[in-house]
This record gives sequence, C-alpha cells and structure tokens, in this order.
Amino acid sequence: MAGPAALSESAAAPAGAAVSLRGVTKVYDSGLLALGPLDLDVRSGEFVSLLGPSGCGKSTALRLIAGLKAPTSGSVGVSHHSGQARAGHSNGFAIGFVFQEPTLMPWTSVRENVRLPLKLAHASLAESDARVREALAQVGLTEFADAYPRELSGGMKMRVSLARALVTDPDILLMDEPFAALDEITRFRLNNDLLSVWRNLRKTVIFVTHSVFESVYLSQRVIVMTSRPGRLSTEIRIDTPEPRGEDFRTSAAYAAYCRMVSNALAPSYAGQSGS
Amino acid sequence: MTSFDASPSSAAQPEPDTRRLRMVRLLLPLLVLAAGVVLWELVVRLNNIPAYVLPGPGAVFRTLVQDWPVLSQSLLTTLLTTLEGFVAAGIGGIILAVLFNQSKWLEYSLFPYAVILQVTPVIAIAPLLLIYLPQQTAVVVCAWIVAFFPVLSNTTLGLNSVDRNLAGLFQLYGASRIQTLRYLKLPSALPFILAGLRIAGGLSLIGAVVAEIAAGSAGAGSGLAYRIAESGYRLNIPRMFAALLLLSAAGIVIYGLLALASHLMLRHWHESALGKEN
Repeated sequence: MAGPAALSESAAAPAGAAVSLRGVTKVYDSGLLALGPLDLDVRSGEFVSLLGPSGCGKSTALRLIAGLKAPTSGSVGVSHHSGQARAGHSNGFAIGFVFQEPTLMPWTSVRENVRLPLKLAHASLAESDARVREALAQVGLTEFADAYPRELSGGMKMRVSLARALVTDPDILLMDEPFAALDEITRFRLNNDLLSVWRNLRKTVIFVTHSVFESVYLSQRVIVMTSRPGRLSTEIRIDTPEPRGEDFRTSAAYAAYCRMVSNALAPSYAGQSGS
Repeated sequence: MTSFDASPSSAAQPEPDTRRLRMVRLLLPLLVLAAGVVLWELVVRLNNIPAYVLPGPGAVFRTLVQDWPVLSQSLLTTLLTTLEGFVAAGIGGIILAVLFNQSKWLEYSLFPYAVILQVTPVIAIAPLLLIYLPQQTAVVVCAWIVAFFPVLSNTTLGLNSVDRNLAGLFQLYGASRIQTLRYLKLPSALPFILAGLRIAGGLSLIGAVVAEIAAGSAGAGSGLAYRIAESGYRLNIPRMFAALLLLSAAGIVIYGLLALASHLMLRHWHESALGKEN
C-alpha cells in the first residue's frame, strides 16, 4: 500500500492520503543522520504504528509530520480535510499530538488543560466549554474536570492529554509512545479506549511505539523501522475482523502477528550491543 | 471507564506524628530563644555589667517600650523604604527578565551590567548615590540595587525552564509570543519568581539599612539604621539593641509574609508547597 502508488490513488480515492512523506531526512546539528530517507503514506482514517528500537528516529518522524521540526530534505505533506473551515489556523487544528509524557500544565485544572488549544485559537468561552466537555467525556474524565493534574494517576493524566489532543477535533492524531510509562493493566485499558475513540471518530492515527504487542493490537498497519538512521524496513498489515477487543489479545492470530512483527524487527536490533 | 484508575488523592490529613513533629520544630527554637535571653540576663546581672556596655534583655525591652514613639516612626520609615525598594526590584527584575527572554540581543547587551551591579558592594555605591540623588531616592535605589538581581536571575531561570514538550505543544497550536509568555512561560516561572522575591524581601531591608547608615553622617535620616548609628554616637546602647531587635523582627515578618504568599499561590500544584506524602 505504501509507495508512490498510494499517493496517486489518493486524489481519486474517497479515503485519500492524510499524510505523505517523500524522501524525508533529518540530520541533527551534530551532523548525525537520524532519519531517512523515508517514504510513508498514511490513508485517511487509518491506524498506523511506527515500530522500532529506541533512537531510530520514529519520534523525529512524528515531529516532522507535526511541523514541530523541519526536515533536512524531502517533503512532508499533510492534508487538511476540513481545511476550508479552518483556514487561518496553523497545523494545530488538523493535528493532535500526544507526547510520551502527559505534558500537562501543572498549575491549572484538567478543564483548563484541555481547553488550551481552543484558548490559543481565541475560541469563545461558550464554544470551548462545550467542546472541552465533549472531549473529557470521550476519555471518561467528566467528573475530574476540576482536578489538578497532580491529583490524577498516570493513566488519567494520559487521558487528559488525549482529550486535549481531541478537543480541536483534528483529522490526524499523532501519538509518541503515549503509554510507554504506564503499568500493563492501565496500558491495556487505554489501548482499548483508544481503539474505541478511533472507531467512533475515525481519526487518522500515527502511533509511535517500541512495543510489538501494542503495535499489533492497535494498528491496521505496522511499519517496522531500522536502527539509526531510521528507515522503513518492513510493513505488516494486521488483517483482523473489527472490532478488536480483549479476545483478540489472547487469540492465535494475535500471537502469530506478534511473532511476525518481532521477526521483522529483529534485524533492527542486530549489531546493537547490550539491547 | 475510569473505575480502574485511582481516585484523586485528597489532601493528606496531617498524621499525629507529623503534627507532633511540627510542634517540636516550633517549640525548639523558642526554647533556645528563652534560654539565650535568660543566659544573657544572668551574665549581665552576675557580672554587674553597666547598661552602656551591655544592657540586659529587660533593659532593652524597657527601652523598646519607652522609646516606642521614636522607634516606631523610624521603623515605619525603614519599612517604607524597604517596601519601595522591594516593589521596584520585583517589577524591575521581572520586566527585565521578560525582556531578556524575548530578546537575546538585549540580554547579551545588558546582563553583564546587571551582574556588575550585583557584585559591587552596595555599601561602596551608597555614598556616591547620596551625592547625586536626593537622600530618600538614593536610599530606595540602594534597596533596589541589592534586591533586584535575585528576582532577575531567578525569573530568567524560570522562563528558561519551560517544559520542552509543552513548548512544542504551544508551537503546534500556533501560539503567539504573548500567548506563550502569558499562558506558558510566566506560570511555569512563577515558583522561581516567588523564590526570587522571597530573597529580595530580606535583601531590600538590608539595602535600606546600608543606605541609611551611609546617609547617617549626611544628616536628615530617621530610619531604624539611622537610629542605631545615632544611638551609638550617644552611647545609648539599650536603644541600639532595641532598634536592632525591631530590624530583625521586620526581616522575619517580611520573610514570613512572602513565604506565606508564595505558599498560597503554589499550594495547588507545585512540589515545594505540597506535603511530602504527595
């Protein structure tokens, strides 16, 4: 599916490419080639995982897509679906970003944290109130709107972070190892919740992780990246009937996919001592 | 959906143990104070030391009461100077730090001079200021010089300590400079600013006192430091002690008020203002 063909299709296809990277590289100030060249197409509404060893540039790729960094060479295309209504706003309104840490403002309440993107866009209080309520409901945190971040558990903080990313109703959700620091049970619950959000809202999700199990459980497509410089190594489609749930996690198909992805990932770790 | 998550931890009730510890921490210094006062009185009485050499605490306290009309006036004068110096230092330090944060050019041009102003002993600058400025202004400027640097450097540190990811988030949502300053940098710098102000409170008192002492020989001062110098010339040692006592008390009150203000402003979120259990 990836490759040039996907892009040319996208114009005609009802579900076009939401994100397309062409020959993207990123060289750090130190002269180190961190990423690429990388070609990547993500269809609108697709759930894609970028999987690779630490330091393979997958987070960098995400930041390039978000426009937080500029590529050294190549092009980053992000389509704005409901672009007309949002003209004048920066990428921020088409893209929601969830960091590895919850990245909340500790000095203010959950509600104000979620409201931030709207406040920065000068949305009216009445309008933002409704959307903040909706976003908090989507992640099941309605009752905690007035709590301060420090009063929440790690999983709940991550939900706030997710609500904040959803509050602008973005087309694309970029997630940078969001659940890596959580315990397994919490992580499984958040995986399920994320899937249900994705099913309901049909966002395009690009999910960076170094967990094979997580990537297989969540994605329609797992993209395995090589070690530095990060390049596309293999991509594996996870074809399984929707909706996925805990049954899938214990199924033979899941185990088979995990083995397949693990095998694909193994060469990326080859030559890395101590991993 | 959230049932598996821990409910928000309510503010931890102080346990009996911590309460006892707090009492001990309060009582011990008071005990030391009482012991010191008693020892002082004993040394003075047993050795028959005259009041013009070392007055006992009783004599100091009596002087404090007797001379209250004079001393309270002086206290007010010194406190006013301190307050003016402190407010000027607070506003000046914060504004300068914000300007430095917005413009590296400005920072590179001016920061060295802020350091020079800080490292030059104010006691050496004060006589010069007294020549060129009206006395009251000179005294306030002294207080300002001593107090503004901690505000400036702490605020600068705070403004530069913004969480990198939060900064990225603001960038992603196209925040303007003003928005970033108002909603991100200033709030995250607040604990640093408050720490700087807490230092500045005590320092502006020191600055005021130094300037008053320097101005003392020049005449018309009437602050507490001036009273100390004046009483020294007149060998009115009990009054020197009484004025000194008032200065210390003023310093303690200033620090306490600023610490309280800082606590009230940070208690909802900052580690420094939270109980240890959280």
